[in-house]
Amino acid sequence: MTDFEPKIVAFLCNWCSYRGADLAGTSRIKCAANVRAIRVMCSGRVEPAFILRAFELGADGVLVLGCHPGDCHYAEGNYKALRRMTLLKRALAQLGIEEDRFRLDWVSASEGDRFSHIVNEMTEKVRELGPYKPREEARVAQA
Amino acid sequence: MPKLKVALYWAASCGGCEIATLAIGERILQLAEAADIVFWPVAIDAKYKDVEEMEDGSIDACLFNGAVRNSENEHMARLLRQKSKILIAYGSCAYEGCIPGLANFFNARAILECAFLETASTDNGGKTLPQPKFNVPEGELDLPVLYDTVKTLAQVVDVDYSVPGCPPEESATWMALEALISGKLPPRGAVIAPPATAVCNDCPRIKNEKKVRAFHRTYEIVPDPDKCLLEQGLLCCGVGTRGGCGALCPRAGMPCTGCYGPVEGVRDQGSHLLSAWASIIDSNDPDEIKNILDGIVDPAGSAYRYSLPASMINRARVKP
Repeated sequence: MTDFEPKIVAFLCNWCSYRGADLAGTSRIKCAANVRAIRVMCSGRVEPAFILRAFELGADGVLVLGCHPGDCHYAEGNYKALRRMTLLKRALAQLGIEEDRFRLDWVSASEGDRFSHIVNEMTEKVRELGPYKPREEARVAQA
Repeated sequence: MPKLKVALYWAASCGGCEIATLAIGERILQLAEAADIVFWPVAIDAKYKDVEEMEDGSIDACLFNGAVRNSENEHMARLLRQKSKILIAYGSCAYEGCIPGLANFFNARAILECAFLETASTDNGGKTLPQPKFNVPEGELDLPVLYDTVKTLAQVVDVDYSVPGCPPEESATWMALEALISGKLPPRGAVIAPPATAVCNDCPRIKNEKKVRAFHRTYEIVPDPDKCLLEQGLLCCGVGTRGGCGALCPRAGMPCTGCYGPVEGVRDQGSHLLSAWASIIDSNDPDEIKNILDGIVDPAGSAYRYSLPASMINRARVKP
């Protein structure tokens, strides 16, 4: 599995995390190229269905980044994300999806280094887990 | 006009849908006037062989209830598709997998071992498990093979219409039958049920801003008879479930469990329910949120009670 490059979908909030990612770029901070960034207005806009859909379409990991607690541009959106993703994480565990494939974290507009750190760390963890195979079509019943 | 030829079949189901078919009451006479029932294992004596001998497309409509979880279910799904002009996924099992679909949290081996070896009341000294083939003096007998993954009817064959519900209410059943009898069919692929948004729209309970500090299971509290059940911390699925049933359960003091499936335009009912339940927690503190969420004992099972096979992540990844 040495040549496995994980595909990670990252939902980045417009006001903090996307700008943090931008800063990582303009500051020339080295960062794993495994993340596909999707800009959303707020981490509170990210529905659990988005994460499941990403896995369904072949993502090996999903990252949701928002403003730090207390810093949300819309006051409370990131708290909503925190509640939703905490519950979603439990449901994902029941569905057999490893904990390290999904992460909610906070990155501010000034934290380019933190963005790259989170992306690198997640990429390595997902690389260790290997590819996510959504549908097992095994049909043989008896052991 | 010649009489319609109608077939009814049950695959992986409980039999409730068969009874639901009869809930149309005396209108069954209208059905009998317009249609001949050519195949209905629960009520008339026709064999699989009789269906196999029918010409392709000779059945006008087949109401197929039950999910597809073994080789017999799959054989009959394919056979009835071939013989029927219109195939209707009737009821939640055929439409989205329903209760049998919860088997997708496990695999066939785990289910068989639980049922035949592990349960306390089982006395199976020889540790016998069902075998797909078995030799007796008269010849070889075979049993259907249990699949690892429960599938909806539409995941196995093309389906023309779906009727939601566990079981469908008579309003939905009659809508489907009336459409068949009158020939005024909705566009192919439609879910046939009374037009509705969410169950909340049918529910007469008083609704205010939802802020919850604790979740409860139904036996733990006696809910206020007038207030929204979700606001009282009961895991009501009404917010994310297609209406049209008349909100029967919340009216009777029981939270909606989601049997009519997702609302129009939504594919994954469970993730929307998880989202709705978590959103109303009245706390911003990560640890407190976790504590409150401990009140939801089985998040995936509660949110996907009827829809796991039809959802985006259709089964749990388990050890083989």
